[in-house]
Amino acid sequence: MVKKILAELQALADQKPVSIMEVCGTHTVAVYRSGIAGLLPKNLHLISGPGCPVCVTSESDLYRFFVLSRKKGVIITTFGDLLRVPAGGQVTPSPSPLPQGERVKVRGIKKEIPIQSSLEKERAKGADVRIVYSPMDALAIAEENPGKDVVFLGIGFETTAPAIAGAVLEAKRSGLTNFFLLSALKTIPAAMEALLNFPKVRIDGYLCPGHVSVIIGSRPYRFISEDYHRPAVITGFQPEDILEGLLLILKQIKSGKPKVEIQYRAAVHPKGNEVAQNLIRRVFTAGPASWRGLGVIPKTGLKLKAEFQRFDGQKQFKLPEGEIIKPNPACRCGEVITGAITPENCRQFRRKCTPEKPLGPCMVSVEGTCAAHYKYNA
Amino acid sequence: MCLAVIGRVIEIREPVGPDAFPQGLVDVLGIRRTISFGLLPSAIKGEYVLIHAGFAIQKLEPKDAKKTLKLLKMGLPRKLRSQ
Repeated sequence: MVKKILAELQALADQKPVSIMEVCGTHTVAVYRSGIAGLLPKNLHLISGPGCPVCVTSESDLYRFFVLSRKKGVIITTFGDLLRVPAGGQVTPSPSPLPQGERVKVRGIKKEIPIQSSLEKERAKGADVRIVYSPMDALAIAEENPGKDVVFLGIGFETTAPAIAGAVLEAKRSGLTNFFLLSALKTIPAAMEALLNFPKVRIDGYLCPGHVSVIIGSRPYRFISEDYHRPAVITGFQPEDILEGLLLILKQIKSGKPKVEIQYRAAVHPKGNEVAQNLIRRVFTAGPASWRGLGVIPKTGLKLKAEFQRFDGQKQFKLPEGEIIKPNPACRCGEVITGAITPENCRQFRRKCTPEKPLGPCMVSVEGTCAAHYKYNA
Repeated sequence: MCLAVIGRVIEIREPVGPDAFPQGLVDVLGIRRTISFGLLPSAIKGEYVLIHAGFAIQKLEPKDAKKTLKLLKMGLPRKLRSQ
């Protein structure tokens, strides 16, 4: 089966270079672990985009997590992926990404201070940081600790957002007053559009993420084929799924008729999971989100609706807002995530930045492009 | 992070209140786990489901679920593969 697809891929890939981006951490790992990357025709380039939620969490959001973890009486609950992610740079009172002349006062920060930390380091210094498997587990911790404030750090894409929305609704239903959410949740399609307009990156087609699409279906990707005339194929996670996804993209390029196709038919319906979509809409509203490497993109973040404000950790704990960190220039994760460079192009890769001592999230997360290159691309 | 596991529904319990989500028990590669069916209220006993962050998110056809489970079990010790 794999040999047949590879032969077809080889036959379809002519001399012209083709760059296809995947935007799913699980695809990134599958591509390198299975060795697919080495089997592809030479002119077919696979780029790993911003598909790892941990890797796209901005330094400013991470800094807010650290600030919160230092507050007395706060229990931080989070998925394990986030624990070791380092954030470093300068905390600045005048956020850099804002237009010139516009300055925002950041509460409690008067001059630039250097920071270098992770939730793991904060925990070693005494912060109460607990790993949970489900956001519902955070509710149980809140019930068991009525004298403490339990905050769930919301990271993830549309796959995870409905579960977090569910936890917020359950907290409201059961009358919990000590559960809060600090949302850095993001939605994928608008980020994919931003990348299509990114001057440093060339994308001839998208391998769309499998489990995000289980929730959102195929409709939200239509702009890729209709407005940008590029193929978009929702793809599964087995090596032969990914090869078939690539083949469908090449066939579309050859025919000159780009469209949105579903390769991962076992789990993805064109309409997605409408119960989950309704839950997201009931609890969240779209707001700006800060993406590592992409900057602030309007309407790609999920923020709690007014009705759920009392669960909003950002407001409850009066955390500094906006882009307050000037990132560490040595870490080029931002460029790796956008496909502008490969990990091997970064001078720190394998030298100062390794899975044991990571400089940035792409090396920390097992789904990070740098970690995948380090482990499987020796 | 968007990883999902496949489980088979063992039982679905009545919700604890009128607005509460139904919870239930699933078997994931031989391990029993309580999850929420708030995102997949139509799931019934015996069906295969995809699970993410403690919630069932999608039903799977038995043949597709079994195919993926077979691949997953290839990474397990031989005595656990039959489960």
